[in-house]
Amino acid sequence: MRALDLLWLVPALPFAGAAINGLVLRNRHKPLVTAIGVGLPGLSLLIALAAIGDWYGSLRPEAFEQVLWAWTAGPAGFDIAFQIDGLSAVMAFVVTFVGFWIHVYSVGYMGHEEGYRRYFSYLNLFMGAMLLLVLGSNYLVLFFGWEGVGLCSYLLIGYYFEEPFPPYAGKKAFIVNRIGDFGFLLGLFALWTTWGTLDFGELGARVLADPAVAHQPYALGLTTAGFIALFLFVGATGKSAQIPLYVWLPDAMAGPTPVSALIHAATMVTAGVYMVVRTNVIYQLAPEISTVVAVIGAATAIFAATIGLAQNDIKKVLAYSTVSQLGYMFLAAGVGAYKAAIFHLGTHAFFKACLFLGSGSVIHAMSGEQDMRKMGGLRKHLPSTYRTFLIATLAIAGVPGLAGFFSKDEILAATFAGHVPGARLLWIVGLVTAALTACYMFRLVYLTFFGAFRGSHEQEHHLHESPAVMTVPLWVLAVGAVVAGWVGIPGGMWELFGAHDRDWLAGLLTPVIAVVPGHEAAGHVLSHTVEMLLIAASVVAALLGIFLAFRLWGRDRGLAADEAFAARAPRLRRLLEEKYRIDELYDRIIVRPLTRFARICWKVIDELVIDGGLNVAAFLTEITGDLGRFTTTGNVRHYALYFFVGLLLLFWWMVA
Amino acid sequence: MTTVPIAAYLILAAALFAIGVFGALTRRNGIAIFLSIELMLNSANLLLAAYSRQLGDRAGQMVVFFALAVAAAEAAVGLALFIAVFRLRRTIDADRINLLRW
Repeated sequence: MRALDLLWLVPALPFAGAAINGLVLRNRHKPLVTAIGVGLPGLSLLIALAAIGDWYGSLRPEAFEQVLWAWTAGPAGFDIAFQIDGLSAVMAFVVTFVGFWIHVYSVGYMGHEEGYRRYFSYLNLFMGAMLLLVLGSNYLVLFFGWEGVGLCSYLLIGYYFEEPFPPYAGKKAFIVNRIGDFGFLLGLFALWTTWGTLDFGELGARVLADPAVAHQPYALGLTTAGFIALFLFVGATGKSAQIPLYVWLPDAMAGPTPVSALIHAATMVTAGVYMVVRTNVIYQLAPEISTVVAVIGAATAIFAATIGLAQNDIKKVLAYSTVSQLGYMFLAAGVGAYKAAIFHLGTHAFFKACLFLGSGSVIHAMSGEQDMRKMGGLRKHLPSTYRTFLIATLAIAGVPGLAGFFSKDEILAATFAGHVPGARLLWIVGLVTAALTACYMFRLVYLTFFGAFRGSHEQEHHLHESPAVMTVPLWVLAVGAVVAGWVGIPGGMWELFGAHDRDWLAGLLTPVIAVVPGHEAAGHVLSHTVEMLLIAASVVAALLGIFLAFRLWGRDRGLAADEAFAARAPRLRRLLEEKYRIDELYDRIIVRPLTRFARICWKVIDELVIDGGLNVAAFLTEITGDLGRFTTTGNVRHYALYFFVGLLLLFWWMVA
Repeated sequence: MTTVPIAAYLILAAALFAIGVFGALTRRNGIAIFLSIELMLNSANLLLAAYSRQLGDRAGQMVVFFALAVAAAEAAVGLALFIAVFRLRRTIDADRINLLRW
């Protein structure tokens, strides 16, 4: 039996874990809860590795498809089926690997929580749904996973449901995602009605068989491909927190920190990127929408980065950083660098998960404190956390040799070379964002780990390094943050050093990326000099950002720079701190009018018209009954009279 | 032999029916009401018999026999009810048997 035949177990095992922990076990079975909650995702990781290895050795580059159940009467492409190809393999590896280590970490982080069993049940459910999303071989299975992870996100953000804010944040995430999903569904409907299939492979073949169909006008002045691409992207902006639907992600930090690491940094929020890359054949046929994707991505990247610069909550900084990095991925996908998008997705999963878990370790040591203004000098107390956090920070900042450098550089190079209108401008935005990223990340590091401790004595006394069950995952992910970039070192870089193009990841992903006739020119081929200059530019940007952060927050400067900023430009500082007041804006232009409309529906339409109409009808009935009952006198002679009068009327009616 | 014209039967039946209606609506005694109802019933029987003869169709007379038989049974049930009511209330005055009302 081949390992590939066990592919269905990869999502099934976490689902089983969720069911066992959620429905069978009781809170008192804590060791068993841990064994199931961590063991089954671990088993899922092993099977995923074996299946991917099997596929790599035998079928590559052909996709492997496992149909579990097919509708006998239904049309094709609706099957419950899983597949492994380059893209699914990369995603499945990232999800199971990072996911497993975050599960291990959670054993330590959530150890003292009341809802330990509930937590693991939800987290396993999430893993199952996410694997359904990335392993499904058609859009139907993908959509099931897509909605499943949304549900788990809602459940886990609102995990601390006894406090006021987390349930609100969960609700916000769910509702904002529903807006995106509405667009996603419209896109899928258009896809289905146009090509009659939702199967990935079949769809690609049918689209390429007659690309003219994709160019026909469809609706809203868009071509078919444009319409589908735009509405699928609306779904992606919701799930992957892009402008204008990014607002839920920072609030999602109300959930437990490992949840932020797994769902709101490493895996779920990248589902939109995966979906866009999966649908690349449509996006390639809709260059105008690809441009929209790139512009939205770049705008989100720089927008979120500037907010990240002025946040004081350690998790908020990381949240905006995630939004910003997701923007990078969409920038890459928009300019047609699909491999770079997935590459950055993978490297980002490692270093951002490491950063979030590191922040969790810090919060754990600070007894729940998340405000960086009360931290400082934690380097001495949390050596492992500090080292891993620094490695991941260097990786996200784009220091050469580490994961983030390769993927970010490839995105910037692809943007520079892209044929998107205004590509150079997008490149500049990307470059500035890279500098800002390095700057706010090192601000975070300096404020948290350097300088003097600014918290209370009690907190200082309590400071301790986290147990091994938490530091081991940190180290694993830190190693990932270093080496994850090596698998996809872009071809241009190899050639610079006179070597063969050994871009392993690109080799893996190329079969997934459709070759659309007339769209081969993904961009200009860059000369070695330009390539070298681009690398130099991104390195300089990163180092400049780090240097700036060092000058402003380094050594023992503490919060002096923030205070100076607040004193010099109080309004700008407040604007950044209040996140450009986008939430307030949405509240003013969307939420409040909607609430008012809902109030009108409630008070006028429901209470006045419907309830009122019903009450009037009931009142009339009552009045009629009240008057009519006096005819029931109990006297038989009266009844006889009624009868006789009725008879007379009947005769009159018959005769006249 | 002179035959009685059909109009005479009709007038007699109408008169019987009118007396019955008047009696049923005005009398308070249960027995009297009952009698009035029987009167109306028999006015209908009379009409049936008269038309049966007029049209030469025996079916009408058969219906009258059936109606008489049913009326006899009904009379038995009705009188039994009056007796039961009388035992309970010591009266069969229809105006005083009016518990079943609003």
